[in-house]
Amino acid sequence: MTRAAARSTRPLPWLVPAVTVGGLFPAVILGLDALTGALGANPIQRATLQTGLLTLTLLVLSLACTPLRLLTGWTWPARIRKALGLLAFGYGVLHFGIYLLDHGFTLSQITEDVIERPFVTAGFTALLLLVPLALTSRRDSVRRLGFERWTRLHRLVYAAVWVGTLHYYWGVKKDHTPPLIYAAILAALFVIRWAVRRPGRQGRVGSGRAVG
Amino acid sequence: LVRPKRPLGPYDTSEAITPWAQATTYNNFYEFGTDKGDPARMAASLKPRPWTVRIDGEVKKPQTVDIDTLQGWFPLEDRVYRMRCVEGWSMVMPWLGFPLAALIRRLEPTGKAKYVQFTSLYDPKQFPGQRGNVLDWPYVEGLRLDEALHPLTFMAVGLDGRVLPGQNGAPLRLVVPWKYGFKNIKSIVRITLAEKQPQTTWALAASDEYGFYANVNPAVPHPRWSQATERRIGELGRRATLPFNGYADQVAGLYKGMDLRRNF
Repeated sequence: MTRAAARSTRPLPWLVPAVTVGGLFPAVILGLDALTGALGANPIQRATLQTGLLTLTLLVLSLACTPLRLLTGWTWPARIRKALGLLAFGYGVLHFGIYLLDHGFTLSQITEDVIERPFVTAGFTALLLLVPLALTSRRDSVRRLGFERWTRLHRLVYAAVWVGTLHYYWGVKKDHTPPLIYAAILAALFVIRWAVRRPGRQGRVGSGRAVG
Repeated sequence: LVRPKRPLGPYDTSEAITPWAQATTYNNFYEFGTDKGDPARMAASLKPRPWTVRIDGEVKKPQTVDIDTLQGWFPLEDRVYRMRCVEGWSMVMPWLGFPLAALIRRLEPTGKAKYVQFTSLYDPKQFPGQRGNVLDWPYVEGLRLDEALHPLTFMAVGLDGRVLPGQNGAPLRLVVPWKYGFKNIKSIVRITLAEKQPQTTWALAASDEYGFYANVNPAVPHPRWSQATERRIGELGRRATLPFNGYADQVAGLYKGMDLRRNF
């Protein structure tokens, strides 16, 4: 038991670097695929799709950290949340960058897309919502904003992930199964947060380690 | 790649032909799956021989005919056509086949025939994508009779001088080069001359996004994306999409007086 306790409090110094390197790995593969022509007949479309999926997946993973901590009492998920969130933002920026490249950085066409096509509006909005979160992800941001305000600001991620999922749903031509799977996972994560945090279960959650 | 050198015909484009490797691995053919790579991966499950085509409806000679007999009725011709997908990409395809008009004339439509309806094979054993209900199977498409009789409208049985690969719609597919690619119904088993406008699969799936006419039109955006530009497969940048996919001189007259925004 003491060994288990010791393990759960171990600082795991490799954890965040491992998540960061692992999270950047798909970008390296994407770059190599682009150079070797492995992205197929329509590489820009493939790269757009892959970076979009990576953005959403990493965002969902970052939102899985708290439910996982609540369910298991482990503390390490909270420590990789920021890295996952920043990786998601990075892929979102890359996704948008590839979209800009796709349209030859033609401002008129891009503005028209953002304003007139809900599919693009949603994607653009989701990315915009992530910008203040990325800007306040520094270690001293919490202190400077105050914990309360920082937490409230970072609730924007909930809006961003749902709008992002809607963007994915609208982007699919016919088979809506994959975006609906994302939506189902998100819904499940929110149900877990809600169920575990319900009054009456607080005590059990508060002493998370005792659960294990 | 063996291609007999030949002078370009009156219907051919002189644009660079999309390489075989890309034309046969990047396909929309939901009967095999929704991923662009699925058709090439799964094509072996389709058996294009033996194959019969049923011809019925408003014709004087309804019949069921073997595909080899059918294609033997006509001298096969090459046609190098642009192909514009509704998703915003395009290719240049060297089809081999015969004009649909030749087939229709041979069948002798009755005076009531106003439309042509096409039906694809329904067989989930050969088309694994039909085990799900992504679309209403079988795939159906249609043309107005004057569109079907237009000399550009083509029935392909081959590509680049070879037998049509499964992923490209073997053994018999429609090619209407001034319309979005989804009109080009593949693996046809039935051709029906009809009095009324036939239903079409994508219009059934999303009538606000895909119409019966589906003429390539840069001025009418898809609700979710612009149709003003396209990416030619093999190129990085986008090019302007042309009205009727560049065939306006030949076909714009078919739609004289029609509101092409409403009849999209």
